[in-house]
Amino acid sequence: MTSRNLAYLSNYSIYSAMVLYTIAFFAHAVEVSFSVKNTAETEKTTFDFSRTDRAGRIGTAMMILGFIFLFAGVILRGASAHRVPWGNMYEFSITGSLAFSGAYLFALIKYKLRWLGLPVSIAVLLTLGTAITILYRPSAPLVPALKSTWLAIHVSAAIVSGGVFLLANTIAATYLILDRMEERGGRNEWAKKLPSLETLDQLSYRLVAFVFPLWTFAVIAGAIWAESAWGRYWGWDPKETWAFITWVAYAAYLHARVTAGWRGRKAAWLCLFAGSTFLFNYVYVNIYGTGRHTYSGL
Amino acid sequence: MNIFQWMWRQLTSMRTALILLMMLGLASIPGSLFPQRNQNPMKVTEFFKANPTLAQWLDKAKIFDVYSSPWFSAIYILLFISLIGCVLPRSIEHAKAIGKKPPLTPKFLEKMEGFTEVDRPAEGALDDAERWLKKNRFRVRRKDGSISAEKGYSRETGNLLFHLSLIVILFAVAAGGLYGSKGETILNVGDRFINTPTSYDNISFAKFQREGDMVPFSLRILDFKASYDVVTSAPTDYTLKVAAANPLGSKEVLKTIKVNSPLTYGSTKVYLQANGYSPVVAVRDKSGKLIFEGPVTFLPQDANLTSIGAIKLPDMSPQIGMVSSFLPTAARSAKRGAFSSFPEVLDPRLLVSVWMGDLGLDSGNPQSVYRVDTSKMKNIGLKALSIGDVYNFGQGTITFEGYRSWVNLQIVDDPGKMYALVGAILAILGLLTSLFTRQRRIWIKVDGRVQIAGLAKNGVPGLDEELLSLEKALLKNDEKGL
Repeated sequence: MTSRNLAYLSNYSIYSAMVLYTIAFFAHAVEVSFSVKNTAETEKTTFDFSRTDRAGRIGTAMMILGFIFLFAGVILRGASAHRVPWGNMYEFSITGSLAFSGAYLFALIKYKLRWLGLPVSIAVLLTLGTAITILYRPSAPLVPALKSTWLAIHVSAAIVSGGVFLLANTIAATYLILDRMEERGGRNEWAKKLPSLETLDQLSYRLVAFVFPLWTFAVIAGAIWAESAWGRYWGWDPKETWAFITWVAYAAYLHARVTAGWRGRKAAWLCLFAGSTFLFNYVYVNIYGTGRHTYSGL
Repeated sequence: MNIFQWMWRQLTSMRTALILLMMLGLASIPGSLFPQRNQNPMKVTEFFKANPTLAQWLDKAKIFDVYSSPWFSAIYILLFISLIGCVLPRSIEHAKAIGKKPPLTPKFLEKMEGFTEVDRPAEGALDDAERWLKKNRFRVRRKDGSISAEKGYSRETGNLLFHLSLIVILFAVAAGGLYGSKGETILNVGDRFINTPTSYDNISFAKFQREGDMVPFSLRILDFKASYDVVTSAPTDYTLKVAAANPLGSKEVLKTIKVNSPLTYGSTKVYLQANGYSPVVAVRDKSGKLIFEGPVTFLPQDANLTSIGAIKLPDMSPQIGMVSSFLPTAARSAKRGAFSSFPEVLDPRLLVSVWMGDLGLDSGNPQSVYRVDTSKMKNIGLKALSIGDVYNFGQGTITFEGYRSWVNLQIVDDPGKMYALVGAILAILGLLTSLFTRQRRIWIKVDGRVQIAGLAKNGVPGLDEELLSLEKALLKNDEKGL
């Protein structure tokens, strides 16, 4: 099959994944909104899982199918260009979505986090939508500076870290919303099914603690690569600077939890702050920034 | 306690170290938002032109040289000291504790996590427990009818290793700033380069670096090949072949330099950074005497290597300057005029616009080698030349003889970077050890009843399972005994 056909096939896979994520989004929305049954007489909320469980399961099935199509899309994109599919921002975005939904599916198996399906499917849809409309670039070979084994090592570590960071952020944000509700006198109907605040708090911490060494590795791998490609291992290039800031922010978060005993609201805000430095790096530095991490347009 | 002791204690507290780390993060932000002199001096100049007053104030605050500014260095150095003061005493304490036994069993196990009474006779319980604990590699302390056992000591080891490695990295970065050199040179294919300061177009030495520290190698540029994508004109590969000798005068060895694989001599590396074309021209005066012959380096302007340059002939009288461009693959459109449509040399053209008068080289003001100052000159001719063409501009002739590729080599000596790499690897190992080791204690007490309990540091999970399997082991051995 020619490169062009593979690239087309990749695009079709991405579009199909988007359709599947849209269905997943609606299924999860139905699950959340119809899971609660209010009996007026007792003023007590009861759950009718039999009604919404099916919607939730459809949502999960669609998330898995979407993941498979997205995976195929990423692989085909790589095959069409004869390289790892991490050469420009369009490719980072589709691979990043893949890492993010992969992290979600992992958390789903390990921690029973089906409720996260709603925010995750929205986030993946938005990212893929932006990627394929605004960031799209035709499949092309890599410029010489990107031709290195380190591309696979450095970028995969960065993308996986990013996916998990964003998942931790989603959970921290959920924590803050629920915390606010409880403070104002109780959770809204739809939120009653979500885990306890303590569970959310622990979970976002565990995700960060798990992936922080990987992020450290991504930064170091980047430095090793920069040394062989640009003649210095650290040059305060905007991307490097913000990777460092993200690292510092998460280091502060881990210290705040382990040694200063931060929990709950304060920790969640710090987690959100750290995650937003990662997003800023991805969006601002890639699009508006100058520096040596800008390749092939975007 | 005097004021210095107090200050030292404040500086070396973990709180201060963390605040300094956060401050270092914050302090690095302006450097990513404003152009930096050491990265992109042109952008700084543009910024000055666009906002003159603001730029002056920002410049006073060293916003255009953030990473070498006094305030950035101050945070960096304080963090360095704070980290040392924080981590070293803890490491010494930890090293002392290596041979020590776990702390004594607390008096009341009832209040500890996972407290259980095991339903078995007390006799032999401690032996069974000790066997199980040793098998599971706990450090065991047996005293007065109780055992206290500890595992996961390496958590703190990893933690300290990580922080000590950070100190190593900070040292290495500092060493890179005090020793080493960094320079650039543009060489045409066929040129020879000897690694001495005078051979460079520009070179900067760190404070403690001496010229004698430079590796005495020489390079001969044999061949440079660039290949491009036919559709997008994007480069796909650069390969530079050189004949290298180290030390000078020894037998030359054939070496290949690519973008991601520099030529290495110890801590000195030669990087391929940029490339372009040098048209080869010969200029003769009216009498036919050869004034100049050779390659002239031109500066690429776009992805298709439309290049501009200047051919200056100060020895002719009157002086002659040629504002020129080189098109590797010539094309022409009504809108853009002449331009290059592909970066490889397929249909080369040299455009010259000949000026006569005063080149202004004696004024003392530095001039770009790629431009001609035509303010005191008069245009006397314009011509597009193919290879082999001769153009008579009245005052003499110019022959377009051919072209050569040039490469820009960056030669960097950074003796600190090996230490930075070692520091980085150790940091990762330390981090993994500390984040994935669970530190916990288990106690067994026998006074008629058999009691077990435990404690997991930082509330890490998994202690309950461990206690359960110890309980099972105790029960099983009891059955065997009966």
